[in-house]
Amino acid sequence: MSTPLLEIKDLHAVVGDNKEILKGLNLTVNRGEVHAIMGPNGAGKSTLGNVLSGREGYERTSGTVLLDGKDVFEMDIDERANEGLFLAFQYPVEIPGVGNHYFLKAALNAKRKYHGEDELAAGAFLKLMKEKMALLEMDARYKSRDVNVGFSGGEKKRNEILQMTMLNPKMALLDETDSGLDIDALRIVSKGVNSMRDKDHGMIVVTHYQRLLDHIQPDFVHVLVDGKIVKSGDKSLALELEEKGYAEYEAAA
Amino acid sequence: MTTAESQPNNDAEKLASEKVASDEMQDLVKKDYKWGFVTDIEADSAPPGLNEDIIRFISAKKDEPEWLLNWRLDAYRKWLKMTPPEWAHVEHPEIDFQDIIYYSAPKIDENAPKSLDEVDPKLLETYDKLGIPLHERAALAGVAVDAVFDSVSVATTFQETLKEAGVIFCPLSEAVKEHPELVQKYLGSVVPVTDNFYTALNAAVFSEGSFCFIPKGVRCPMELSTYFRINQAKTGQFERTLIVCEEGAYVSYLEGCTAPQRDENQLHAAVVELVCLDDAEIKYSTVQNWYPGDEEGKGGIYNFVTKRGACRGARSKISWTQVETGSAITWKYPSVILQGDDSVGEFYSVAVTSNMQQADTGTKMIHLGKNTTSTIISKGITAMKAQQSYRGLVKVNKNAENARNYTQCDSLLIGETCGAHTYPYIEVRNPTASVEHEATTSKVSEDQIFYCQQRGLSEEDAVNVIVNGFCKEVFRQLPMEFAVEAQALLNVSLEGAVG
Repeated sequence: MSTPLLEIKDLHAVVGDNKEILKGLNLTVNRGEVHAIMGPNGAGKSTLGNVLSGREGYERTSGTVLLDGKDVFEMDIDERANEGLFLAFQYPVEIPGVGNHYFLKAALNAKRKYHGEDELAAGAFLKLMKEKMALLEMDARYKSRDVNVGFSGGEKKRNEILQMTMLNPKMALLDETDSGLDIDALRIVSKGVNSMRDKDHGMIVVTHYQRLLDHIQPDFVHVLVDGKIVKSGDKSLALELEEKGYAEYEAAA
Repeated sequence: MTTAESQPNNDAEKLASEKVASDEMQDLVKKDYKWGFVTDIEADSAPPGLNEDIIRFISAKKDEPEWLLNWRLDAYRKWLKMTPPEWAHVEHPEIDFQDIIYYSAPKIDENAPKSLDEVDPKLLETYDKLGIPLHERAALAGVAVDAVFDSVSVATTFQETLKEAGVIFCPLSEAVKEHPELVQKYLGSVVPVTDNFYTALNAAVFSEGSFCFIPKGVRCPMELSTYFRINQAKTGQFERTLIVCEEGAYVSYLEGCTAPQRDENQLHAAVVELVCLDDAEIKYSTVQNWYPGDEEGKGGIYNFVTKRGACRGARSKISWTQVETGSAITWKYPSVILQGDDSVGEFYSVAVTSNMQQADTGTKMIHLGKNTTSTIISKGITAMKAQQSYRGLVKVNKNAENARNYTQCDSLLIGETCGAHTYPYIEVRNPTASVEHEATTSKVSEDQIFYCQQRGLSEEDAVNVIVNGFCKEVFRQLPMEFAVEAQALLNVSLEGAVG
């Protein structure tokens, strides 16, 4: 039996002034699996992503998280990224003055360097970028535009997925990637995400809406309420939530 | 706005050059101010203090003609009646002008060295440490270097190639003897002796500098550069540079400075004068890395410089590009007087202040002729407890028809305790003028750094990426070889500024 890609055990975490948001979260994602996390606002969905990635202001108070067997809390933010953890942000920031291609090349080469590989030659990099941009139906101009500057919400989300396909993380967490997307954008973003589904990659898709899960069909669905996963099931659970809402789970929590 | 000279034609090339920059950066990040050392050569220097005797001493040491000695003395007498200016947004202890050594030269034989073999090996070692290769490799690279060590020029290379083209590029002291008529014609014509307190001082005691003359229709075949270094404690560096381009001539001049760590403040009051006749162009680039003082603000160079270019001819162009990362205090406004019709003035600047550095810098664009254009792109980065001010003047004279100016001044703040200030002065006396001014102030946000880190970049790399992106527009203006050094310098200057 192979090591789980992500193993979260009894994770407790606080934000800012010691406000506990995660209250004993358990989750295991194996290679090749796509997990969906749904839950009411304030449940801790975004907090999970921030704690896993190591964002300042979020502190693990107890519990463990192993990324492919390695203790995540022993690693810096960039180390976790280079070990294969990717967070697709709900609200990606803009970085004026920094071209998309320059940024991606820097990130890609940082990862390669971390793994003792040679940097990717400019030609090979551009080829890869062109390929992934075509997959995501992105106009060539996005290559040299400054990272997320002046991008619409949907364009930013697509850019996140572009980065994901280029950096090829083994474990990706997509934080409400569907928010703000129109029907076409949803289709395209899903296409990008699905292109990475295989026996080696794992994914967590955080969402409010069942609709995304029609495009990115999960293997498992979890309900996150008040900092804990209170129910797990297969994709039919998402349909059930769509119908009944979270009331049942909130009452029990 | 003009485009850069050697802009890559395709993405691959551009990415490759950016890769080089970040490699350089990686190395330099690990080092302290690496130019912190002193050459232990016995210097032939004057006692501290300034009076007419010292000036005569300097003039005699340089074997100057009578007219120049008189010029100096006249400047000195005028200086005595002036007081140091206090309007800049900088603070420093009062300078004791009598506590400065105004002349220092390394001991050399009476017979000046004719080839590099004859140069004092210790001096060459100094240049080696500074990364200035005064040997055959430099020849192949095609960069002529006029290396000034303290107050005396040591070696000038590539005279042959330049001679063939008719270009004169030599130490000012040499030009005074070989081309007195040219020097007399232009010296002090762009920056008058009494322009300000420090130009008067410079006129009295200027120690060395470059003279560059490009004759009619000649495009100087190589980038020209000059390196300076202040070594002797309490020695003020008072260099003077004069560059003249006749009709249709072109030159690209690079100025790069380094200095060792010292405890006492060192005054650097240089004067640079540029003259362009019809259809001529001067591109003047500077990468300044003088010792900035330690984290407490102790030590460091005072960089009080007056630089001015006169676009005398029609369709002439002067372009200033500067990357200022050093000095304890920087006070300079490279300016352009747009006298000729259709003349163009440009100012591209990146100024970095960190720790306790202070800078009050900017430019003056004076529109006098018809259809003149000026472009100002100023990028200020300030961190820690530093203070930085942009001070710019755009002046359009009554008779300056159709003047155009575009100014963009952006400030980037890193951390909570630094300060960025902007003092734009716009004086327009002609109704056909078009003057645009844009300014932004932003912070390097933690969110941006976190985003970069989550993509695998270290915190330092993240700051570097963001800051270099901020300065991109200006770096693009630098000649290739300086662009790489500039990016590296930027990163070293901001070491420790984040987190």
